[in-house]
Amino acid sequence: MSLLTPDLLANIGRRSEPRRELVTRRDIRKYAVATGSRQRRYLDGDLAPPMFHVPLFWDVVELDQLTPDGVSIDTLLPKFPLEKAMAGGLEIEYHRPIRPGDWLTATRTLTDIYEKQGRSGPLIFYEVVMDVVDDGGDLVVREKTTRILR
Amino acid sequence: MSPAAASDRFHALRVGDSLPERRFECGNVQLMLYNAALWNGHRIHYDETYAREVEGYPGLVVAGPLLGDWLHQCVEEWLGGDGRILSIEYSNRVATYVGDPLISGGTVTELRPDSQEAVIEVFIRNAEGAVAAPGTVVARFGESW
Repeated sequence: MSLLTPDLLANIGRRSEPRRELVTRRDIRKYAVATGSRQRRYLDGDLAPPMFHVPLFWDVVELDQLTPDGVSIDTLLPKFPLEKAMAGGLEIEYHRPIRPGDWLTATRTLTDIYEKQGRSGPLIFYEVVMDVVDDGGDLVVREKTTRILR
Repeated sequence: MSPAAASDRFHALRVGDSLPERRFECGNVQLMLYNAALWNGHRIHYDETYAREVEGYPGLVVAGPLLGDWLHQCVEEWLGGDGRILSIEYSNRVATYVGDPLISGGTVTELRPDSQEAVIEVFIRNAEGAVAAPGTVVARFGESW
């Protein structure tokens, strides 16, 4: 019998409110330094390195919305019948460069929920796609995260 | 780099070519600055007592996406100005800890002459030789930002 009820599967297609953020040279520089980049254009903040969308759109929530271990709860996700998170994967496409002064908007969509039988029991997989677009509506970055619950 | 030079470099590539390896070792300061840049408050990355006693880790856990960033750096340093990363897929398989000596590297596994694209299998490997983060990058020569 499947763990995935029709109610749970009805969450597929659920979409977050769009979030619009400003890219600053200072934020690019901090990220480049913190990742150990050796490229001057990133360290100087002239161009954002790949994965800069990760710090730009990490959820900023108030202290009382963090769990005791300091994690923010992803409100896009329904309550799953399995809760132990295993390693997941990422797929990222880079369509356009990101530079200081750019305004970017990210929208996250829960695109899939499915179940597989693992060696020690059922596993639930879910996929979240984050599309980052510029103010002209052109796609800048698309990221698909797949997570596994056991 | 000129498009002609980038094209020459692409055509000189062979499946099986290796990318230069780079050593990464994340210390407390770097890990804190990385998570601060993200606004990631997860305690396993800075509260060592919590990480060991509550979560049962042997030390402070290096944030998964930092390994993803290092996979990009491995490829971008090899590309120089001759190309750019079109896409990556990677996963975090094995946890890594503050002070672990880690090595990034990769191998060209496919060449697409029509589009001057190279497919590269990349990895972050720990001191035991286990692949902590495997990935696949598609890079295009003759295009850069």
